Amino acid sequence: MNELQSPDATAPAQSQDERKVVLSVRDLTVGFGNNLVLDKLNLDIYRGEILGFVGASGTGKSVLMRTVLRLLPQRSGTIEILGVDYAKADDDQRMALDTRLGVLFQHGALFSALTVKENIQLPMREYLDLPQSLMDELAYLKLEMVGLPPDAADKYPSELSGGMIKRAALARALALDPDLVFLDEPTSGLDPIGAADFDALIARLRDTLGLTVYMVTHDLDSLFSVCDRIAVLGQKRVLVEGTLQDMFEFDDPWVQSYFRGKRARSVVTDEQPTTRQAEK
Amino acid sequence: MRFFDLRSTWSQSPFDSKRIETVATKSAEITAENAPDGAERYVLTGEWRNHSIGGTLKEFERLEQAQGQGRLEIDLSGLEEIDTAGAWLIRRMMTAKMHQGRDPVLTGVHGPIKELIAVLPEEAPAPPRSDADRRPLFERAFTPLGRMMVDLGGDFYAAMHILGSAVRGAQLKFGRGSGVSPASVVTHIDRMGVRAVPIIVLMSFLIGAIIAQQGAFQLRYFGAEIFVVDLVGILQLREIGVLLTSIMIAGRSGSAITAEIGSMKMREEIDALTVIGLNPIGVLIFPRLVALTVALPLLTIIANFSALYGAAVVAYTYSGITFDTYLSRLHEAVDHTSIAAGMIKAPFMALVIGIVAAVEGMKVGGSAESLGSHVTASVVKSIFAVIALDAFFAVFYSAIDF
Repeated sequence: MNELQSPDATAPAQSQDERKVVLSVRDLTVGFGNNLVLDKLNLDIYRGEILGFVGASGTGKSVLMRTVLRLLPQRSGTIEILGVDYAKADDDQRMALDTRLGVLFQHGALFSALTVKENIQLPMREYLDLPQSLMDELAYLKLEMVGLPPDAADKYPSELSGGMIKRAALARALALDPDLVFLDEPTSGLDPIGAADFDALIARLRDTLGLTVYMVTHDLDSLFSVCDRIAVLGQKRVLVEGTLQDMFEFDDPWVQSYFRGKRARSVVTDEQPTTRQAEK
Repeated sequence: MRFFDLRSTWSQSPFDSKRIETVATKSAEITAENAPDGAERYVLTGEWRNHSIGGTLKEFERLEQAQGQGRLEIDLSGLEEIDTAGAWLIRRMMTAKMHQGRDPVLTGVHGPIKELIAVLPEEAPAPPRSDADRRPLFERAFTPLGRMMVDLGGDFYAAMHILGSAVRGAQLKFGRGSGVSPASVVTHIDRMGVRAVPIIVLMSFLIGAIIAQQGAFQLRYFGAEIFVVDLVGILQLREIGVLLTSIMIAGRSGSAITAEIGSMKMREEIDALTVIGLNPIGVLIFPRLVALTVALPLLTIIANFSALYGAAVVAYTYSGITFDTYLSRLHEAVDHTSIAAGMIKAPFMALVIGIVAAVEGMKVGGSAESLGSHVTASVVKSIFAVIALDAFFAVFYSAIDF
């Protein structure tokens, strides 16, 4: 979070820190049985950016995310998160690393036996040495940040709607103010207004907290509005990564139909006037 | 000038690449001092992150509550890192000071940190006020009991509903087919009946052996060891055989039925069946009920054979009663009413187990905890119901002299 440093301390470091790699994946190979899902995949995510990850169904987006989060074993390759290679780290380093990652699972994965407030406070209780009153305040603060009313705090996940579950799960992912957040299809199942709010929320969190966001999404609106960079997964590796312009120019049938399809065009034409206005 | 050194700081660059190797690298610190122009100044230094503020909290809260006069500056130029927890504390401090009638000014802030503090609300979002229970003590004390009775009535109603729908609902397929899918029934007979055979055989063999052994030792005092055959035969065929088999099946298959139906309920599969136009009770519960009603009597027969065999082995080992003597004595002691008295109970036991399991399964809510508690309730209730039903049959048989 270099932006938060006092000016004199950051001045020399700013330039070199700007493109600081938060997540670096090198030659990652993952497979099940005889079937290779990812083959020598390389990927970098830089501090403070929102990376949108797309790919056809079954290309291994979830496998990649789960491998990075150490939920699946890798055949070979290295994964460095915040400069630490998890495979070589000792227990203290791993724990320190875990506190700096936040994950929003596709279906929320809230603990169904705990209330929303207890869900948010679970990581705080485990890792922090704070009094209950402050943890309560922080939990309500997180709820407000993700746009949930305070009376949602004492509800159980089964009493919440789909959009509220997403928001509550995001609040839990942000409980420890992580540096790197993984979002698995955060806007799927939300109405367009809710999805736009969610995108705005993520952009605001990035700006204020200096979050780095790894977002798996199929929502073209999210890709066009909040993502700084887009990576396309295909043929067992990252086909292309770069800005939206790079996507339009990349010569691959799937990428072309994805970003130049009917649905994408309608989003782009809607989008253009607003960006022009913003430039003025 | 006051200076509070709360924790020794580590002289480490904030951009040290090994920074994340330890959880707390630099503790948060707050010091109060007097600025040259007479204003009070709080200087915040170090890392104000959630894992590093714990040690400073006491001092922070003391300063937050401290009364003072005049201008107040909160100097943040020494801050190295901050997150929402730290920003919230600063925000809270400012609000507290404003309530004291002072006008705190943040100095040394820039860009994102200012924005971070600005987006936080001034007051913590108030937790919703929970209405205190104002009912009289009598009402509060007896509410759980009343609720239990209502639940019991609800359970009975649900059980009758399931029994009725199972019989009626199986035909609800627009008049097509016979209603019961034979494949499903056979699968469940295999799962709940055939695969339970080994454990039932083993359990019954041991139970028969134990009864025979204890009976033989006691009857030896009267020189009436041969009557151990009567004891085992009547006890096993009338009571123990069907009772223990039912308890085993309640634990083994009743829990499985509750868990299956409960998790289908959790994932809205039951709703999907309803929308497709199928009666979930007819599709899911009826085959299981039929399978249980077929399997349990058959398992009881196997259990009876196994227990009698176990008793025969023990009778031969401990009392020298040969198999021939055992069999001829068994013929005299046991008539068909003893066998019938036991076997009649088996289908009823099966129905009770199946219905209790299904009722509990349909009550499962959205959480994993509710699934667990309903599976537990299913096993406890069905074992209790089986024993109560057995007692009821015992009274009934003695009343009709069966």
